[in-house]
Amino acid sequence: MIAPGWFREDRLPHIYCTGCGNGTVINCTLGAVEEMGWKRNETIFVSGIGCSSRAPGYILTDSLHTTHGRALAFATGVKMAQPDLNVVVFTGDGDLAAIGGNHFIHACRRNVDMTVICMNNHIYGMTGGQGSPTTPPGAISTTTPYGASEPAFDLAELAVAAGANYVARWTSYHVKELTKAVAAGMQTPGLAFIEVRTQCPTNYGRHNKLRRVSDMIEHLRSHAMLVDKYNRLTAEGKPVPDGTFTVGELVRRNRPAMGVKR
Amino acid sequence: MSRVEFMQGNVACAEGALAAGCRFFGGYPITPSTEIAETMARRLPKAGGVFISMEDELASIAAVIGAAWTGARAMTATSGPGFSLMMENIGYAAMTETPCVIVNIQRGGPSTGQPTRAAQGDMLQCRFGSHGDYSTIAITPNSVQEMFDLTVKTFDLADRFRVPTFLMADEIVGHMRERVTIPDAVEVARSSPLAEGALPFEGGDDGVPGFAPFGSGRSVHVTGLTHDERGYPDTTDPEAHDRLVRRLVAKVESARREIADYEVTNLDAETVFVTYGPPSRTVQQVMRDSQDDSIGHLRLRVVWPFPEFALQEFPNAKVFLMPELNMGQMVREVQRHVDQPVISIPKIGGELHTPAELVQALEAHR
Repeated sequence: MIAPGWFREDRLPHIYCTGCGNGTVINCTLGAVEEMGWKRNETIFVSGIGCSSRAPGYILTDSLHTTHGRALAFATGVKMAQPDLNVVVFTGDGDLAAIGGNHFIHACRRNVDMTVICMNNHIYGMTGGQGSPTTPPGAISTTTPYGASEPAFDLAELAVAAGANYVARWTSYHVKELTKAVAAGMQTPGLAFIEVRTQCPTNYGRHNKLRRVSDMIEHLRSHAMLVDKYNRLTAEGKPVPDGTFTVGELVRRNRPAMGVKR
Repeated sequence: MSRVEFMQGNVACAEGALAAGCRFFGGYPITPSTEIAETMARRLPKAGGVFISMEDELASIAAVIGAAWTGARAMTATSGPGFSLMMENIGYAAMTETPCVIVNIQRGGPSTGQPTRAAQGDMLQCRFGSHGDYSTIAITPNSVQEMFDLTVKTFDLADRFRVPTFLMADEIVGHMRERVTIPDAVEVARSSPLAEGALPFEGGDDGVPGFAPFGSGRSVHVTGLTHDERGYPDTTDPEAHDRLVRRLVAKVESARREIADYEVTNLDAETVFVTYGPPSRTVQQVMRDSQDDSIGHLRLRVVWPFPEFALQEFPNAKVFLMPELNMGQMVREVQRHVDQPVISIPKIGGELHTPAELVQALEAHR
């Protein structure tokens, strides 16, 4: 078992649907925490609202489950007031990119020393599957019954542009790579942003011919392309299949950071 | 020892916060409160604290709540439009019992209104502005000295009752310059610590749980969802919600006498002014000018929870007069507690009532 003693076992069973990818992301995160050797009483999990944001409630540390979209602003207060604490934020695509978009870019700009993990399932899962800013064009949701007509946000590229010191993207299929990326983010002073493309078979897959969990995970795996390969193909002017997204480490740098441990 | 200075109200507020041990300020510039942020930006880093200019008021109050959970005394300052933006997270602070201070230097509204003019238009918003049932504490200074003294008190009450606590000032006291005495040190009272074996959201005798800030090893889960005494979400049990929300309201409302702070003049009077904030200064002027013992004055320094028993201090009162810098807000609260007529003397537009206007009202209603 990963990180025994770090779970609030008295809160089980959890609320996640069968086949949800969020548990995988929690496991990978705690695997990284274990690798870092962090202590429970020095580590704070912060979240907003949504399926992703229920994660801190299952982890046995001090934790702050806040309002929709504002997790990064709350986390900024925690980390700036007490830099000795390790701060990890769990968020989702609706929480981070829609209602919390402004806080997202400003947290990256400030480069506050914390680890932000976005469980991007391309949907508002908690409310039953409405289209979000990362719903792919053409995808069916309860509020995009004729296919999503808006372009989607690329969250990792947004974090790179806004100034985060560490940015990576993986999927719930890539558990080893994801664990390593989270640990690398935790080691990097400044804001680390890890986007995890994850499956929501219940509210996304069901409407998009990906009802089976294994189909959804295979869909994520087969559309993920290592960022180096993607860059090479595009530099050579070669075609990239439709729906491809990059995975890997997008940036690791040393811009000035705030709230770094004293 | 203490020092005497000639100081602006907003600066005195910031000095009061520093004296009270405030070490975190998260804010967003807004007239007419900005001098508080500017003073904190200059002074906090040298006092070992953190000043941070957030991206908006939603983020400001969020950062303040986050900082408060590390055990720091934390505050923000704003005015009407920013106050409106903070409402959701003020409800979160009430639900999570986060001790924090919100200063509102009120200006004319609604909307952008009159940025540089005084008003008392947010008096009901500070009590009822966030969704759901809860109770909070609101304090109303009427001088630069009180901008210092009552800011200290606001922090103590926030800690004592673990509620978001409001200093409901306005552009007049915020921008007025007066003589103020600053003590070398002030006594402060912090939250009671969470006792060994106690649950983090268990009220105890006075309904106020002990406080275990982040990092103290108690693994506290803080959530805006309806939760049990452990802090664990319990969102469908009617009894869990009833028990929590009734305690959140009762811990403040049942302590009205402890929290109350008011001044009374001429207890035998038949005509009684009820004021809070700067209109009290005009009433004081009228009373100085007329030397008339039949005029009484109840001046509230704490308006929420409303100290209805203070009205009983005037047994001969035949009429209550309430000058407010709004269309009549706190007058509703007075009306529901007394049988006598309560006359609203509203004034909007940004100027204080003149003594002549209050004398006119007095003649019309006594």
